[in-house]
Amino acid sequence: MWRTATVVGMQYETATARTITLAVRDWPGHVAGQHVDVRLTAPDGYSAVRSYSIASAPSSDRRIQITVERLPNGEVSPYLTQEVMVGDELELRGPIGGWFVWLSDQTEPIQLVAGGSGIVPLMAMIRSRASAGSAAAFRLLYSVREPEAVFYRDELAALSNQGNSVAVTYAYTRVTPRDWPRPAGRIDAALIATGTWPSSLRPTSYVCGPTSLVEHASDLLIAAGHDRERIRTERFGATGEQKRVQV
Amino acid sequence: MAIISRGFSGRRSAADAKLPPGQYLTTEFPVLSAGPTPHISLDRWEFTIDDGSNVLKRWDWKSFRELVTETITVDLHCVTRWSKFGTSWEGVSLDVLLAGIRTGLDYAMFRSYGDYTTNLPLKDVMNKQAWIAFKYDRADLAPVHGGPARLLVPHLYLWKSAKWVKGMTLMPHDKPGFWESLGYHMYGDPWREQRYSDE
Repeated sequence: MWRTATVVGMQYETATARTITLAVRDWPGHVAGQHVDVRLTAPDGYSAVRSYSIASAPSSDRRIQITVERLPNGEVSPYLTQEVMVGDELELRGPIGGWFVWLSDQTEPIQLVAGGSGIVPLMAMIRSRASAGSAAAFRLLYSVREPEAVFYRDELAALSNQGNSVAVTYAYTRVTPRDWPRPAGRIDAALIATGTWPSSLRPTSYVCGPTSLVEHASDLLIAAGHDRERIRTERFGATGEQKRVQV
Repeated sequence: MAIISRGFSGRRSAADAKLPPGQYLTTEFPVLSAGPTPHISLDRWEFTIDDGSNVLKRWDWKSFRELVTETITVDLHCVTRWSKFGTSWEGVSLDVLLAGIRTGLDYAMFRSYGDYTTNLPLKDVMNKQAWIAFKYDRADLAPVHGGPARLLVPHLYLWKSAKWVKGMTLMPHDKPGFWESLGYHMYGDPWREQRYSDE
């Protein structure tokens, strides 16, 4: 069933990524980690659909946020990051997905590992934890190309500085901030050892990003002693336009 | 009545005519899996067919690779909306594996290393419709795409083509597998756009 969503807010996260706030009159609610399908239709009836992770925590205001990264050869993401305006209507269906989700009654430690825009569904989990008043122990390992590519930078910084909150470790793969102690490079065993929960705590891990990051990081987690049954993954599909899932 | 997206024209091509509804064409081979990729050594690999209580047939890698194979060129359709045309595989037809089995059971649950499952009507994996594929594009199937061997059922959405497959259990009634228990359609026909359980 396609629902009508009205664009009620927009904000740039980086030079190429934009968060869009959508008001959906008949939104049934969602849980952190789920996604929506967004449909665009041209005047002649041609339509294109892509999936986007929900970035916002569950709430009762019938609003959701998605964060969309513009892809050079994308069909839908350039429209959503450059064309769409407040007041426009879009069609969406969802929420979709029942596997890569975090529920606020989960009490075990949670290890989040994000690559690039794979942060989006994990941010929904972090926000859901906060809005539910959960005390679950969260850590985030966030791999990004360069400091300018970090989504939700101020919110993550604020979280890191609070007690009982979410510890964030960054891995910069191409360019680091000035005076950064670790040279640019992808996640390695040393960073897994210092930047993630030890396997003895038996955390549930959520790993989201491009296939190469997901394969590499989940192999490192398994090598560090984590049970594969407690590692959930979500890989980008073709063209990276969709966030998801799983076949 | 669809809402028209002001200023949207989209990208289309003649190839779109061959696409099931709601799909777009890619030349990449995206990877989508629910968990880490299992790495299965060939000396531990096996494929079994059982009826829920007894193993009816069993192959190790050596005996499996002695079976007659076919090369297949098919289009793939993923529920996440990408389609890929003209993919080339080598595999053993399920007709070969099921030859001689007469149980009267009409459904199958395919089981994978890594605990993935997916359900299919038996008639959908017979009569040249399904294979256990071990080569893609003439090379050994990479673990990330389901190697050493995966089910290939190209007329249904790709989640039915279970990666890292290790067996099938014949069943009297249909039962949901992994994604089918998580909101995805029991059957998954891309031409009827059977993506989710409410369709």
